[in-house]
Amino acid sequence: MVRLVSFTVFLATWWIAALLAGAEKLPAPPAVLAAIVTEAQSGALFFNLGVTLARVALAFTLAMSLGSAIGYLMGRVRLANRLGDPWLILLLNLPALVVIVLAYIWAGLTEAAAIAAIAINKLPTAVVTLREGTRALDAALDEMATVFAIPRWRAFRHVILPQLAPYVAAAARSGLSLVWKIVLVAELLGRPNGVGFEIGVAFQLFDIPLLLAYSLTFAAVVLAIETGLVQPFEARVVRWRPHAA
Amino acid sequence: MQLEVEIASKAYTNVAGERQQVLADINFALGDGEVAVLVGPSGCGKSTLLRILAGLDRDYQGRVSRPPEARIGMVFQEPRLLPWRSVEDNVRLAAPEADDAKLAALFAVLELEAHRSHFPGELSLGLARRVALARAFAVDPEFLILDEPLASLDDALAARLREQIAMLVASRPITTLLVTHDLDDAVRLGDRLFLLSPRPARIVAIVPIATPRQARSEADISGIKAELARLNLANS
Repeated sequence: MVRLVSFTVFLATWWIAALLAGAEKLPAPPAVLAAIVTEAQSGALFFNLGVTLARVALAFTLAMSLGSAIGYLMGRVRLANRLGDPWLILLLNLPALVVIVLAYIWAGLTEAAAIAAIAINKLPTAVVTLREGTRALDAALDEMATVFAIPRWRAFRHVILPQLAPYVAAAARSGLSLVWKIVLVAELLGRPNGVGFEIGVAFQLFDIPLLLAYSLTFAAVVLAIETGLVQPFEARVVRWRPHAA
Repeated sequence: MQLEVEIASKAYTNVAGERQQVLADINFALGDGEVAVLVGPSGCGKSTLLRILAGLDRDYQGRVSRPPEARIGMVFQEPRLLPWRSVEDNVRLAAPEADDAKLAALFAVLELEAHRSHFPGELSLGLARRVALARAFAVDPEFLILDEPLASLDDALAARLREQIAMLVASRPITTLLVTHDLDDAVRLGDRLFLLSPRPARIVAIVPIATPRQARSEADISGIKAELARLNLANS
């Protein structure tokens, strides 16, 4: 209900702003809706959204799994931490644009280069978060698992993973928002399709309804995934807490 | 299970960088099914000794011999339950081989039936300690280690739990090591008492109790306690 009100307020503000600014600068909602319908009818909207989502899914999975493994290792093994730390700081502070441009130069304007560049941008935040999570592991519970001779993988699953789950959720949440932002830049710079490419085309043609059509549908998809997947996952991993915040 | 302990010394470096000796010349052996009680002032190194015997600390001089495959059940000073698993799952995780009938009997003895599906965060300390006991007994331990399992419980509850421990230990020969600073617990549960000195802990007296646990009268118990008090005075 509150969400509906907030959405209505957004639409109304947009409409009023459109009337004041003129249709060349900010088209009114019906014009954008018409652009969305046209793109949807031709199939281009779904194709480009699908391509972008596939890139997001691949890069996100790659960065999360690799980042979690490296973060866990760096949290557990002092030597790994000392070896990895300078690289981590470098990657954390490297602008996304540099990574993307270098990836395209070195690996060509390929799909692999795009996905790798996105994943490399997200990787260090996953590493940092999981390293913190691993450092916060409860040694007392490890000892309990050792005394009771709980096999390694069972201990990992029932003792370690539940402690890491909130950190995984946090890394997923912040990482996903980073990936949403970077994927469009990567597409704009070196892919012949996807939402980022279409927005680039719309920009060059100064086709503002098309630009908004892609931006808004993309935002809607992000919102749907955040509320439909990420938030339920976060709620699930902390459900054992008597008073989950 | 037989246990032989010959610890010459255990020391660690504290935060200030000073070397501190915790244990010195701890030598004893336990026979199969014997219940030994370590009694000593708090902070003397009892928990350190238990950690060595449980195999959690290998940084000491000396030797501890027990069958390497012996099943250990341990109750730590704090319950150490997994907060994200229910009471029953906590027990089952440590004891995957325990069948339903066995768990049911154990939960009945420890009065935990009503709490099987509760999470540890919903339990009082007394209940959580009972779950920790259930977990230790569910693995069918050959070596049972109890680190002050009754500390900070009120007297009535402590007495009930002590009876439950006595009952479980009596049901099967389990080589048991109990740490406590409560003489009453020591005298009521032990076959043999080891009195420890302040840090660095060494054994100052060994007191065997001839009367079997079940046959001990209140008079026996106060008699042994008086003797212990005398020994403690003599040594301090």
